[in-house]
Amino acid sequence: MTSKSKTLPLERPATRRAPLALSNAWRLRLKGLAVPVLILLLLEFVVRIGWLPSYQMPAPSEIALTLGDLAEGPLWKHITASLLRVLLGFAIGASLALVFAAWVGLSREAEAWLEPTFAGLRSIPSLAWVPLLLLWLGIDETSKIVLIAIGAFFPVYLNGVAAIRNIDRKLVEVGQMYGFSHLRLVRRILLPAALPGLFTGLRSGLSLAWMFLVAAELIAATRGLGYLLSDGRETSRPDIVLAAIIVLALLGKLSDGLLAGLEKRLLTWRDTFNGQRAED
Amino acid sequence: MTDHLLDIRVERKTFASTTVLQNIHLQLQPRETVSLLGPSGCGKSTLLRIVAGLEQDFHGELRSNAGEVAFVFQEPRLMPWLTVAQNIGFSADGNYDKAWVGQLIDEVGLSGFAEALPKALSGGMAQRVAIARGLYSRPDVLLLDEPFSAVDAFTRMKLQDLLLQLAERHAIALLLVTHDVDEALYLSDRVLVMDNRPSRIRQEVEVPLAHPRDRRDPLLAQLKALSLTELQRAHVI
Repeated sequence: MTSKSKTLPLERPATRRAPLALSNAWRLRLKGLAVPVLILLLLEFVVRIGWLPSYQMPAPSEIALTLGDLAEGPLWKHITASLLRVLLGFAIGASLALVFAAWVGLSREAEAWLEPTFAGLRSIPSLAWVPLLLLWLGIDETSKIVLIAIGAFFPVYLNGVAAIRNIDRKLVEVGQMYGFSHLRLVRRILLPAALPGLFTGLRSGLSLAWMFLVAAELIAATRGLGYLLSDGRETSRPDIVLAAIIVLALLGKLSDGLLAGLEKRLLTWRDTFNGQRAED
Repeated sequence: MTDHLLDIRVERKTFASTTVLQNIHLQLQPRETVSLLGPSGCGKSTLLRIVAGLEQDFHGELRSNAGEVAFVFQEPRLMPWLTVAQNIGFSADGNYDKAWVGQLIDEVGLSGFAEALPKALSGGMAQRVAIARGLYSRPDVLLLDEPFSAVDAFTRMKLQDLLLQLAERHAIALLLVTHDVDEALYLSDRVLVMDNRPSRIRQEVEVPLAHPRDRRDPLLAQLKALSLTELQRAHVI
């Protein structure tokens, strides 16, 4: 072994180390891909040999083709419509929730006045608002956006209040020691300390916003991914339904990824457990 | 009266129906180091919080000729989202005096850690940052609440010497709460032995030794015996 290694070119160790480090990162990613790829292959196989009827469960390759067709046609119109609704509804719901969470979180007086009401409203399953929203606001955009805003409101509000109430009293005392005003206390200590919890709320609020988007569009819409879903059902095209589901998953993952990236950037200071190191 | 930095009289301080402090009279001269020695929960931290102005509900009087008074807590209490430098200049919001912060970082022996986040610091290092943060406002009096109780014995000795050095250099009076007899005697000009509840000052022990002191000085051992006797009589130990 040693006599052989003498004859090897000198760069060999360096070139060997780089792909090794890369392959470690890739190996983790490949682990994540293994299960979905296996399922897709299995489905393709099962449909091709006729165990599943293709009018009920189209083969993955067929869904890909449908997706390609849609991408050349009306898909972008639906995506734009859905995206706008989610963004607008989420923005309205989340900002209202942040305002109320700050208010209730910071003031016991506000908590006494408002918290029971919110607790009551929260116990209404949000989809129960649908008929009422349709009656009051009609079937156009407003009712959809209000429904999405309601869906996004509660997770953001709940996590926001909890985030503020979980702030270490000892850190707040440092600010009091310096004679900080209420506003300065909020800006310098309470807001940054509550940020991790606020992000948890925003992320679950966003995922609920997507959920309520689908609910709203399934009920009454002429555009949007939810419409695509119900259109696929009405025309007995499971491939369209599955294509819409895939697009929804991608958009949900993408929007959550944006928030997660922002969270990671703003919260590098957190000293948290990252999970056990994965075995190679 | 006027040459005292601080003059504190607490007739009574109660929590609910229990009296925590009673008839306490405490004066602090410029550049003096005074320790309050007693068991945990005897009310000495409460006394310190009264001096700091964190606790205002008490019967008594607090007279101060001191300019700035700063506080070092038992734990570092650093803001985890701020760097070491930002933590030290915390009281000045964003626009802290960078040169002064840099000097303080050097003085507490953390050169090169200005941009580090608290999660990267050991307990002793974090407490150094906390001390530097206390010094940032150029205080006349530094109040310390069991500041070294959470670090190991060797780090503690180092931090004690650092504290004395800094107090000397910046002409700061120290009022320190501790349950460590050696620490109290090593650091202080006067040690006030506290009674158990309701807390009173049971005995004042003068430590007539110049700085820097030798931890092995026989007088320190003698005074320790005296303090321990007093603590025993107070049924503390």
